[in-house]
Amino acid sequence: MQILGAVFILIGASFLFLGALGLIRMPDVYNRIQAGTKATTLGALSVLLGVAIYHPLWWSKLLIIALFILLTSPVASSTLARAAYKVGLTPYRIEPTEGKH
Amino acid sequence: MTSNTVSSSVSSFNGARFLWATLLIYPLWLLMVGSFDPAEMLVGVLVALLTAGLSQKHLHVLDDFKWHPLMPLYLLIYFGIFLWALLRANLDVAGRVLSPRLPINPAIVEVETQLQSDLAKLFLANSITLTPGTLTIDVIDQRLQVHWIDSAAGQDMQHATASIAAQFEYHLSKFMK
Repeated sequence: MQILGAVFILIGASFLFLGALGLIRMPDVYNRIQAGTKATTLGALSVLLGVAIYHPLWWSKLLIIALFILLTSPVASSTLARAAYKVGLTPYRIEPTEGKH
Repeated sequence: MTSNTVSSSVSSFNGARFLWATLLIYPLWLLMVGSFDPAEMLVGVLVALLTAGLSQKHLHVLDDFKWHPLMPLYLLIYFGIFLWALLRANLDVAGRVLSPRLPINPAIVEVETQLQSDLAKLFLANSITLTPGTLTIDVIDQRLQVHWIDSAAGQDMQHATASIAAQFEYHLSKFMK
């Protein structure tokens, strides 16, 4: 059981690392938000699952934390992206095509 | 005069909201307490009733659900689909981040939704943000602006709606207005 918990925490940590790597590698703010949001959400959930396996008595509080992360993380990302869009940051494009923005 | 104030205060009390708020708050209490001690559970009932009673007139969001006997089932189905999409989203982003070529083809596209209530649109926007390669930027009436990391499939609205929002929208529409 302990090993299973450790595996989930390790998987979660890897996703958090990939999220950080995405922040460095992606070309503009929108893509960085994408990499940051998704990888860190699943990473955090996986770490929480691992902790729940380590300490089964904590499951109810960990479940509440997971629900709040699921609810607030995308809202925060959307708000950041919306702010960037309103300020007028142009999304990065591989080949510039004519059209809006 | 007296009967007038009484009837208006009665009509301002929304019984359905009160009931559903109680049923939502009580499990939250149980999860936070984390024990099934009879005393805790009894206090939880009182706290849930009190909180729901005091807050029901502000809980407009609860009107956005379609209350239905099968609703918990639809909610579970939706949650399952959402978790699966979240898992795919993460593998997708992980693959893109690790690939040396950094295969992205981003664009901002518009998605149209049939959902009417604010809560349903919030759920849709959140789901889109947490699923493969898409990030909701803004919701304006029935249009969602979405940043799409791999827009090669087509950037017109029909295309984007079909591949980004249609599945979630279908399942959300079963339990939300």
